[in-house]
Parts: sequence; C-alpha cells; structure tokens
Amino acid sequence: MKKKSAFFTEMKNNKYLYLMFLPVFVWYVLFAYVPMGGMVIAFQKFDIVKGILGSKWLGLENFKALFRDPYFFRLLKNTLLINVFGLVFGFPLPIILAIAFNEIRLKRFKKITQTISYLPHFISSVVVMSMVIHFLSPDGGLVNGIRNMFGLESIYFLQIPKYFKTIFISTGIWQGTGFSAILYMAALAGIPKEQYEAATVDGAGKFKQMMYITLPNLAPTIVIMLLINLGSILNVGHERIILLYNPAIYETADVFNSYVYREGIMGFRYSYAQAVTLFQNLVGFFLVFSANKITRKLDGTTLW
Amino acid sequence: MKRMRSTFGEVAFVFVCYLIILIMCVLTLYPFIYLVSASFSSATSVMKNEVFLLPKNFTVRAYEVVFQYKGIWVAYLNTIFYTVAGTLLSLALSVAAAYPMSKKRWALKKPMGLFITFTMWFGGGMIPFYLTMKNLNLLDTRLGILLYPAISAFYVIIFRTHFESLPDALEESAKIEGANDFQILVKIMLPLSKPIIAAISLYYAIDRWNAYFWEMLLLNDDKKVPVQVLLQRIIINSQLGQDIAKALSPGEATIPNTIKYAAIMITTLPIIMIYPFLQKYFVSGALVGSVKE
Repeated sequence: MKKKSAFFTEMKNNKYLYLMFLPVFVWYVLFAYVPMGGMVIAFQKFDIVKGILGSKWLGLENFKALFRDPYFFRLLKNTLLINVFGLVFGFPLPIILAIAFNEIRLKRFKKITQTISYLPHFISSVVVMSMVIHFLSPDGGLVNGIRNMFGLESIYFLQIPKYFKTIFISTGIWQGTGFSAILYMAALAGIPKEQYEAATVDGAGKFKQMMYITLPNLAPTIVIMLLINLGSILNVGHERIILLYNPAIYETADVFNSYVYREGIMGFRYSYAQAVTLFQNLVGFFLVFSANKITRKLDGTTLW
Repeated sequence: MKRMRSTFGEVAFVFVCYLIILIMCVLTLYPFIYLVSASFSSATSVMKNEVFLLPKNFTVRAYEVVFQYKGIWVAYLNTIFYTVAGTLLSLALSVAAAYPMSKKRWALKKPMGLFITFTMWFGGGMIPFYLTMKNLNLLDTRLGILLYPAISAFYVIIFRTHFESLPDALEESAKIEGANDFQILVKIMLPLSKPIIAAISLYYAIDRWNAYFWEMLLLNDDKKVPVQVLLQRIIINSQLGQDIAKALSPGEATIPNTIKYAAIMITTLPIIMIYPFLQKYFVSGALVGSVKE
C-alpha cells in the first residue's frame, strides 16, 4: 500500500513533468526504439507485406551470404582504406590547426580566421559535392582549366577509379578540419598557464613546450577521438558517397553504407542490407570495447 | 609573466603558425570566391576557363534563369517551411525532454536520461528506419519530414546541463506563489535561457536547411521537395526541369555551369548570412556535437 501511495504522490507532484515528457517519450519509441527493434530483420527473410511477425526466420543465412558476396572484399577494402587514409591524413590536421591558433595573439585576426575555418562544416553535402563535381569536370571545370594552362590534358577525375579516394578524403578534410579543431582548442585552453611559465623559466623554447607540455596534455582528447573513430572504422557515411560516386568507379568508391542503400532501399533486399549494417555495428562495437580496455590499462583514458 | 626575449626559434614557430592559418583560410575561401565570381561571369568565359578570381564579362543572366525557374521557388519555400516549422518543433520537444531530466525530484530522471543517451550510441540503421517511416505512413508526407529528425539527444543534453545550472531558489519562490512546473518553465526558466535557445535553434535550423538524404528518400512529390534535393537533381543528376529548359537560349542543350553555380549560391547564401550570428555559440555546440561523429 505504501508503495502505491508513493507512486501517487510522485505523479501528483511531478504531473507537469510527466505531461511534458510524454510526447518526447512517444517520439523516442517511434523513431528510435521501434527502428532498433527492426534490426531483427537481419535474421529473417523479411517480407514487407507480412511484416516482422509474419516473415520467415533464417538464422544466420544473411550473414553467411554476406561473407560469400563477391563484393564483400571490395566493400571491406574500400571502407577500411577510406577510413585509414582519412585518419592518417585528416586526423593530425585539426591538432596542428588548434596548436597554431593557440599561438595567435592578435585577437581580431584570430577571431576572423577561426570563423573562416568553421565555415565549410555548415555547408550542405549537396553543395560541397556539387562544387567538387564541377571543379573537377573536364568541361569548364576549374582544376582541368588550370591543367590546360600548363599544357596538360584534361582528366575526367570522377570517372577514373584511382582518383576517387583522394578526392573523397580531401573533401572531408576541407569540410571538417576547422570544426574538429574546436575540441582540441578547448583542451588547450584547459592547460594550466603555470606549466608553460615553468618551462619558459627552465629555458624550454616553443617547440619543446609543444612536445613536452601541449601534446601530452592533448593526449586524452586524442585517444578519445581515436577510439570514437575506431568504432566507426567500418562506416563511411553513405550520404556523401552516393552524391559523389557513379557506377564507373564503384570499384574504389563503393562502401558498406552505399551498398546498404543500393541493395536495401533501391533493390528491396531489406534483410540482406540489414545484415550488412549489423555486421558493421558489431565489428565497430567489438573494436571500441577492446581498444577501450587497452587504453584504460595503459593510461586510464576511457570512453565510458 | 613578463615578455620573454624572442629567440629566432620562437619567432619562426609563431611565423609557421600564422602561415598554417593563412594557408587554411585561402584553401577554405577560394572555392567560395570562385563560385561567386563564376556565377556572375558569362557562360563562355567559365567554359573557356577564363575565370579564376574575379568575374569575367560580368552578367547576372545565370541568376535571371534560376529565378525564372518555378521549381526552385517551390523548393525554396518548402525548405523555409521545413526549417522554420522543424526548428520550432525540435526546440519545443528538446526543452520538454531536458527540463524534467534536469529535476532531481523527478523519479524518472536517471532512467529517462539513459533512455535518451542510449540512442546516441545505438541505432537500428537505414533500413529499419525507412521501414518504420513506411509503417507509420509517413512516406511522401511533409509531416514525416518534420518528425523524423525532431529530437537530437546532443542538444537535449546541452539543454539539460543548462537547466541544471539555474538556481533552485527561482523555482521555490514561484512554487510558493502557486505556479506549476509548466508555468515556471515558460515564464521563468525559458526567459533566462535565451542565449542557449538561440544557439540551439541555429544548430537545428542549419541541420534542417542542409538536410538532404531522407528528404530525397521519403519524398516523391515534386511539390514537397526541399531545395537541397532539387539541387542534387539539377546539378548532380543533370535533370533539366521543364521551366529551366525553357529559360535557356535556343541551342543550349545542357545547363551552363554558371546557372548551376548561381543555384548553389542561392541555396547557400542564407547559411553564410546567418553564419556571423552563430559564431559566439560555436564552442558549446561543437564540443557536444563532436561526440556525435
């Protein structure tokens, strides 16, 4: 009885909080948890007419089919290469940029240049990819125009497989570097001034300070960002890929996510496509979990 | 700290920093400068690659053609509708999610916090989401576009942290005067939250303005598509709208690049215009946003 009255008191006292939260709860159920439950179609031969309850269960058939898929290796290779090269070339840049910004003492210059650096982040993928496509086009594109000035032949960049990864990764770097630097700048702002003062008294120059104070202080942020990136090592956003690729360059441009879009949405192979997504998520989860264990042992940095 | 004597190494280090930043700025801005100049140049100058920095044979013809194209007006109005209505909806729902979660006395504070943050780390993926939209009969509806991205857990958390930082005393005195939670939120808490509301509205609005993938997937009706989807059709798939084809001069088989550049410009201009107002909110939003990736 006592429990029941506690329940009523809670409802009475916080009535408006419950009322307020109700639409939010409904939204999360419909748009987050129902789709989460929909993941089970990866184990089915899902039929859109029969629904999840009426469809036949296949066990792990879809996953077996995935590993036998002739494109599996190509998708794995493209996804991994785009992410690994993206990290190798893209990951250090925001750190370098943040350290550079940290040295700027001219307030106005700093503010203006920082604002410029974030700008590409706020430009839509459609616009960015449209610019890339036109700048690289052989008819009147800027890049080929410059090539022609130097007497070089025009190249149809987006029709030749070997250029795709470079183009895609550079675009990502162009769009994301400034914004990613914010995180490191916040970490830099948190380094106690005394550390630098002490180092200066000891005669350490700027470069030494960077090596022995700045970078070690950034290490936890760097580790966390690497962990997060590791979790999405099998993910390359489909949105930007499908805007930029075309059948002529699937060989180097097709990744798991774009394959899910083509097979699942365009090709109606819902269950198979979902098995691909689930595979990606499981691998990502496993990697983050293991890496988190290792970093926790090494220096105590942890994601959760 | 007194100013240190500058050694050659110190000066060189700072010089390199300035250089890095200047290079970054040039690389960031140049595509935009080219875009503006090319959109105001004659189609042949762009075709012959005579434009590099400033417009060549200045003309506004590309904009005239784009503005004659009815489809783009429809799409533009749709985008404005989705952005304004969507942002208001997102804001209302985010506040409604965050406020109860900021109250220690609320029994569901912890479980609901978990309920929401869990979705930041786990999601069903593209296919179940599409099927859910289909089952809810939200395909090809404006309602579906408004609803599908209505709440972002990251912004809810920013709001919650903000509400937690407001003093409890405010609430207590209002309670004594007989105000309920809803009245306290609307009359006392929200007026104290104007800067954060402004910041999060801007982030939601930009996300809405730029949204493209689900709009492309969910909408079939040309009357409902936003401008990003139209832009993708014109520019990336080179589909000629009836109106735009009519507006071209005879003999022009394809859309000149200048027109495409003009279309990109008018799609992006609103973002660039509200951008300066955004900058003071960058850091708080970005710090949370960066966990998103």
